[in-house]
Amino acid sequence: MSTHAVSDGRIDPARVGVAIVQMKPAKGRYAENLRAGGEAFEQLRSGRTDLIVFPEAAFTGYFLEGAVYDLALSAPRFAGDLAATWRGTRGDAEVDIVAGFYENDGGTYYNSAMYLHVGRDAEHIVHLHRKLFLPTYGVFDEERFLSRGRKVGAFQTRFGKMSILICEDAWHAIVPTIAAVKGARILLVPSASPGRGIEGEGELASITRWRQTLVSAAVEHGVFVVYAGLTGFEGGKGMTGNSCAIDPRGNVLVQAPASEACIVRVDLDLREIDLARAGLPLLGDLEAVLPDLLLDEELPLPRGVRDVYDR
Amino acid sequence: MTFTIVEAPLESPRPPGIDCAVTADWLSAFLRDELTLRRNISRAVIGLSGGVDSAVTAFLCARALGAENVYTFRLPYATSSAASLADAQTVVDALGVHCRTIDITAAVDGYLQFEPDADARRRGNVMARTRMLVLFDQSAKLDALPVGTGNKTERMLGYFTWHADDTPPVNPLGDLFKTQVWALARYLGVPKVLVDKAPSADLEADQTDEGDLGITYARADALLAKLLLGYSDAQLVEHGFSPDEVSLVRGRVDATHWKRHLPTTAMLTNTAINEFYLRPVDY
Repeated sequence: MSTHAVSDGRIDPARVGVAIVQMKPAKGRYAENLRAGGEAFEQLRSGRTDLIVFPEAAFTGYFLEGAVYDLALSAPRFAGDLAATWRGTRGDAEVDIVAGFYENDGGTYYNSAMYLHVGRDAEHIVHLHRKLFLPTYGVFDEERFLSRGRKVGAFQTRFGKMSILICEDAWHAIVPTIAAVKGARILLVPSASPGRGIEGEGELASITRWRQTLVSAAVEHGVFVVYAGLTGFEGGKGMTGNSCAIDPRGNVLVQAPASEACIVRVDLDLREIDLARAGLPLLGDLEAVLPDLLLDEELPLPRGVRDVYDR
Repeated sequence: MTFTIVEAPLESPRPPGIDCAVTADWLSAFLRDELTLRRNISRAVIGLSGGVDSAVTAFLCARALGAENVYTFRLPYATSSAASLADAQTVVDALGVHCRTIDITAAVDGYLQFEPDADARRRGNVMARTRMLVLFDQSAKLDALPVGTGNKTERMLGYFTWHADDTPPVNPLGDLFKTQVWALARYLGVPKVLVDKAPSADLEADQTDEGDLGITYARADALLAKLLLGYSDAQLVEHGFSPDEVSLVRGRVDATHWKRHLPTTAMLTNTAINEFYLRPVDY
């Protein structure tokens, strides 16, 4: 990780020290996996870490079927567990943590990820994202067990606006587009991707496809993309890890191997965003044209209350 | 559980890369398009200095137009090194292109005899402009087009004679940094002696470009590549360049914007050429 000067203890807002914890969870063993997360925190003691990003379903495993109801947690409970784990190893150090988990919101269940700020004395859920697109085809069966989120938010952090997109959310180009239009400068993508496709060269085809998708989003909108991939086999389905960080020009700054629990460290220079957008101002162009596109009457969008009820 | 640590690789200043096969094909297509299609000219005129830039240009023109359509000229002055002349000959031998040697000493001295106090810089500029005078005249004689050889590094640093090296109407190398030209030279099979030797304007004994510039091409190219993307001086230092290197390169770039433009013309009417009256170069 490149180093940088930090004067009088203040964080330089031009840079974010990011650690991606590529978890290999033991299926269903939440407490054990949380301890593993604590060990990752311990390993991050050296060097600067501002933001730690865990994958989707990082502390339970992804394919839970009906067991999702056994393991889903309320957001405050999960936030408390994460904060306690952090403080148990790192004391009163300040950090932001993003992690995917199965959420129980009063009996409605979501595939969620939270952005948590852990301060010296208290933790604060900065944002809670509920996965919009629940894959329910082929090997996937999310919508059988879970409800879907309703919107993608762009939320303010210590390092500027960010958005969370969970796995398939990032595959629909309109989601990173909306996040960027709403002001997100870093897209955080917790994911659990079962690898498949052996016809490619050097890596599974699904890994290549993911990278193309993430690079496209980064370049089109001039944003950083931080991808945290789950790893390990779940009942024969191997999660592809490959956690990575991509800069606003589409350069892959670092990429983890597919099937190893690891911590990816990368220093994001946020000034790259403005430089990239100066060279390729697609986001500015889109902001100017977007109203015309959305007002297109041929689009199947509700046009006010009357139209919705008339359908 | 112990996690393996995967660190983002430390960025060390490196010159930009190049896909030589793609670039060579693209530049061959460019040369055919500019000469044959656009201008209906089948022949190219190139001044061979004995350096790598003009050698690569000759190799590209031979690929694009055929060696029989490439007319090279060695244009030594009395003080030019014999090695440069010999190195230029290796290009001619390798390609089988036409070559003629015209000594410019009499032409240059015909003027400089009246300017005995002219320093090395002025004398070098007179030689460069005399060489371009010869190449343009030869192009008229041969119904050919002069092809430029200047690279992006020297253009950005202003390390060239205005209205001499930059004069030909087409230039295949002008968007390639020097280190990329070297890579392209190796790919095209330019004789090794030209690729490996220290680049020099050959105006004085032991003169080298890098000595004149005060920075190596590898460092200058790496720095320029980032500077051109908009990096601030502070960011360039963060990326591994010394403040002196940044100052030197930024200073040269900022002091030479004018050399990368046509002459400044006073605008007086609402039909001023290239201000109001606008037509594409290939219109």
